[in-house]
Amino acid sequence: MTQAPVTEDAGARVPTATARWARAPWLRIGVVIGVIALAILLAYVRSGSTVVVTQAVVTGILIGGVYGLIAMGLTLIFGVLDIVNFAHGAFLAAALFLSYYLVAGLGMHPYLALLVVLPSMFLLGAVVQKVVLAKAMGAPLENQLLITLGISLIIENSLLLFFGANPRSVNFPGDRGVNILGAVADLSRVLAFGGAIVLAGLLFLLLQRTSLGTAIRAVAANDTGAQMVGIDTRRIYMITFAIGTACAGAAGVLVAPLVTIEPVTGALFNIVAFVVVVLGGMGNVVGALLAGLVVGLAEQLGALLLPGQSPLLTVFIVFVLVLLLRPQGLFGRSA
Amino acid sequence: MTAADTTAPAPAKALPALPWAKHLVATGVLAVVLIPLPMLLDPAAEAVAIRVLIFAVMSISWNIMSGFGGLFSFGHAAYFGIGAYATAWLQVERGVSPWIGMGVGMVLAAVFALVLGFLALRYRLKGAYFALVTLAFAEMLRLWATNSDLVNRAVGYHVPLQVEESWVWMQFAPDSAKYFYIAMGLMLVALVVSILFARSRAGQFAVATRDDDEAAAALGIPVMRYKLATMMVSAALMATAGTMFLQYYLFIDPDLAFGSAQSIQAILPAVIGGVATIWGPVIGAVVLGPLTDVTATLLRNPPAFLDFLAGRGGLDVVLYGILLIVIILVLPKGIYGALRERWTRR
Repeated sequence: MTQAPVTEDAGARVPTATARWARAPWLRIGVVIGVIALAILLAYVRSGSTVVVTQAVVTGILIGGVYGLIAMGLTLIFGVLDIVNFAHGAFLAAALFLSYYLVAGLGMHPYLALLVVLPSMFLLGAVVQKVVLAKAMGAPLENQLLITLGISLIIENSLLLFFGANPRSVNFPGDRGVNILGAVADLSRVLAFGGAIVLAGLLFLLLQRTSLGTAIRAVAANDTGAQMVGIDTRRIYMITFAIGTACAGAAGVLVAPLVTIEPVTGALFNIVAFVVVVLGGMGNVVGALLAGLVVGLAEQLGALLLPGQSPLLTVFIVFVLVLLLRPQGLFGRSA
Repeated sequence: MTAADTTAPAPAKALPALPWAKHLVATGVLAVVLIPLPMLLDPAAEAVAIRVLIFAVMSISWNIMSGFGGLFSFGHAAYFGIGAYATAWLQVERGVSPWIGMGVGMVLAAVFALVLGFLALRYRLKGAYFALVTLAFAEMLRLWATNSDLVNRAVGYHVPLQVEESWVWMQFAPDSAKYFYIAMGLMLVALVVSILFARSRAGQFAVATRDDDEAAAALGIPVMRYKLATMMVSAALMATAGTMFLQYYLFIDPDLAFGSAQSIQAILPAVIGGVATIWGPVIGAVVLGPLTDVTATLLRNPPAFLDFLAGRGGLDVVLYGILLIVIILVLPKGIYGALRERWTRR
């Protein structure tokens, strides 16, 4: 694992409070829920309408599930390979274009595209790891970060080069409004949320209940130790990166009907995914899913609290506060 | 090899004579070589040369903070944008000369770096966390500028055109050599600042704290103060590139100013040329700058096998990406770093 960056220092400054904080995960979750409740209350005071606030909460949770799925892949890669992957959003963009061509070109159903995109992205991830990143394992963090930056530049601009900058969109034929607790959400959003939760659950089962998952967790905890008990760490690195990339790919299929598909679309998701990963605790897969919901809510409620500003601004404010005050994340660090 | 240039702590040995003077002489020689250049270049090549110079300023600035100082910045666009926006705002809204705007931009960028640095270092963010917080600050500026009436929202600013060439307004005929000389002047100043910084107490301390900040602190070096000074110098230099960009291209908007593309433009030349070396960023800029024009020319009249790419953009950045990966895997010390190693081994 990585060197724990700040925990000890914070502990040295305020020993008792931090120790209590670290011992009680439920206290932390309680604080998070309390802050969200406060934000909801403020949003209500500010907008004066229950419908608006309910709508924001529902939309936030729905998109938050997708953020969670994207971030799970990113945080898994961080936890196991120790790489801050700047190419994650670019992989998502590649998946968006792939599903666009499957739907618009081959007439495939937008959600069936998953059957093609998921394995393709898994393969792409495996190849990229094997061909490029494996050569830089153990290099300084900055170098690996720069390599993933290079990969993202290559993918995004290849998309621009081959497909042009025209915005595209995937049409989901059965899309309609669905009523949830008095708020209206597009069916595609609900499906994206449901799909993300199901896939996140599958990933969790894979990590917890299979021998591959055990091996992945072992490498995350201690790669030298894992190697000593006979785990092929290089294979685990490759598979983990491939799984992480497949998460981005799956998220790409799920959000394809919701977003404008451009080569730069992935970059936005990339930044949000970083926020989610830090919030959830780098390397903490379950934390990433929970933090995804928090970020989704922050985005939507922020739009009500700071009208006229971009919803993302609130997300960044939350991000900077968490980075400064609790860089190990809201839910601690573990793989 | 100089003390400032070594990445790993050198084995205990008498310090070699520091070749600062050599670097300064080389800068002088570079100036002499550059001066006649506008007379030899056609207008298109001169535009490329100016872009190379702006790249070099950006990357020299990044290299001071992230190369010598070891504080990996992924948000240098923040300082670039502050320089460009301060100049544009003062010029358009208040009728102030861009030279003063440049100075104001430098001060504002340095203050911004001070605040960012204080927060990040006070809470001891390192490595990836530090990089992410710089990225977040640049993105916040971009989002704020995009939605703020104070700076014209997403529209940004066009520099008001002057009727005649004017030094006061830093505005000349589009292919005037004066743009070249201003950019050259900025680049030379940045180089000299970089050399003087690397040899100064602050620079030596910055390197010491980069290599081992606990040891440096134990020796009594006020780590925080020198890191902040490093960031402020770097930010102020980056702001001048923002002003130059604005005055040359006459236009700025939030994405151009604060987008991560500018941060990447600042990183790439230094990494390709050689991180934590004086000349790396310059060499990297010379390699990368012309790529955009070469590829644009290639795709304007593509050879038969590239016909389907006619008129498309993006090829240059794909090449940047490939070059970046190859350099890191094959020459992790960059072009200049690798060359220097070969020379010193003989």
